[in-house]
Amino acid sequence: MSEEEKKDYAESPINLEYHYTAGSATTRFLNQVKEGKIVGQSCPKCSAVYVPPRGSCPRCGVATNIEVPLTDKGCIESFTIVHIPIPGNPIVPPYVCAMIRLDGANISFLHLIQGIDVEEIRIGMRIQAVWKPKDEWTHSLENIKWFTPIDEPDVDVATLRFQES
Amino acid sequence: MKKVAIIGYAQHPILENAGALNEVELIMPVVHQLFDELGISQNNIDFTCSGSCDYLQGAAFAFVEGLSAIQTNPPIKESHVEMDAAWAMYESMLKIQMGDADTALIYGFGKSSPGRLDSIISLQMDPYYISPLWPDRVSLAAIQARVLLEKNIITPEQMITAVIEARTNSKNNKNALVTELVDKEAYLASENISSPLNEFDCPPISDGSSAMIIASEEKAYEFTDHPIFIEGIDHRIESSNIGSRDLSKPTGILASIEKLKLEKIKFDVAELHTQFSHEVPYLQSVLNLSDVPTNLSGGPLVGNVMMCAGLDAIGKTYESLKSNDFTNGLAHASSGPCLQHNMLVHLEKKS
Repeated sequence: MSEEEKKDYAESPINLEYHYTAGSATTRFLNQVKEGKIVGQSCPKCSAVYVPPRGSCPRCGVATNIEVPLTDKGCIESFTIVHIPIPGNPIVPPYVCAMIRLDGANISFLHLIQGIDVEEIRIGMRIQAVWKPKDEWTHSLENIKWFTPIDEPDVDVATLRFQES
Repeated sequence: MKKVAIIGYAQHPILENAGALNEVELIMPVVHQLFDELGISQNNIDFTCSGSCDYLQGAAFAFVEGLSAIQTNPPIKESHVEMDAAWAMYESMLKIQMGDADTALIYGFGKSSPGRLDSIISLQMDPYYISPLWPDRVSLAAIQARVLLEKNIITPEQMITAVIEARTNSKNNKNALVTELVDKEAYLASENISSPLNEFDCPPISDGSSAMIIASEEKAYEFTDHPIFIEGIDHRIESSNIGSRDLSKPTGILASIEKLKLEKIKFDVAELHTQFSHEVPYLQSVLNLSDVPTNLSGGPLVGNVMMCAGLDAIGKTYESLKSNDFTNGLAHASSGPCLQHNMLVHLEKKS
């Protein structure tokens, strides 16, 4: 072995494979997403609406067994402008990742914002989902390509805070 | 020492494959069952502690997700052990001893079905320095079985008896996974998985969850007329370097026996966290249980939920004392390869 080929480390990859299950609540949600519908789940005790639902209300520790159909409109609760390219990621920086709060939901989820200059994006901005063509829909929120601003007045996000009922 | 008692225990039916149910959906029913039986809520709990293994779920900090099964508003005090939930009970015990809590909720959960348990347990337990050597749990258990057989500490007949009795006793356990009876012929016809262990000597892959509530003496009587007291609890760990252990000498368990003065106690029942058949006669002999009904629930050989089975041994002992004319019970929980880490719990029903 030549001097250049010498390594001072050894590679030892470790892999474990799993059959991941989303849980019965999230499964119900994803089955609706495949049909192009967003159906949150609500807590029977505190009425908080979760989207995506994970199976329980983590405030109350009970199953979220009430289905709540939601629209694909909402607002930007928080966002970040990504300037650094990620290897393997096809999206060209700068682009925006935002926490999306759908109307009627009490939690937000992460998604992309497109269709606007990144410098113009602001918290409280109204947005709506842009869906992939129907024949590409699967059990994934990636059925939504991204969210794009709509011509509605901004929302004061302070009003979105969960109110104890 | 403050007197601490178990006031409730609940176990999810043990499943071969919980399928779509995620961990949170497994935990919620047992915790709610416990609360409903005692007529209390999370608001009555001072300290919450869970036991689980993130490798089972294959996600870092997976145990935090488990907390979604618990009411956390108003905020709670909680902790977690990356171990069997029997050790979550131990931590809760300490919390009560320190005066930081009077009541504690303990829960454990584990799904073994989604991954390869041999690899998962190996990664969790093998104290490797550079790269995992991947010794699997069955082969490691087989080494100890071989040592015990060759030293005539146990016999092959005792292993068969342990298997047959476990299956027979599964009828006492409404949550048992394996209930099919097995006879000597079927046992002897079974091929070795890792000599001398065959499939009947090994526990089934199991999914499930369990929960328990313990309380200081005063609080215990507020919630139930029938608390079962934790009279003694002790745990000891042996070297993680398996080559430096004498697998036929349970030094940790012997130290616990002495510490808890167990030789003076006449036990009415015992539940042992014996995952493999050879461990049953071995621990019966070490713990002097030859005349004591052992593993009336069938034990881990009929249902072995990872990170729960130790807590289940304590829970099953509690249930036995509660529903029979028994006074003293011994529970054993274990962790690590070849009974490396052992906990003994002496439970007592006050007349």
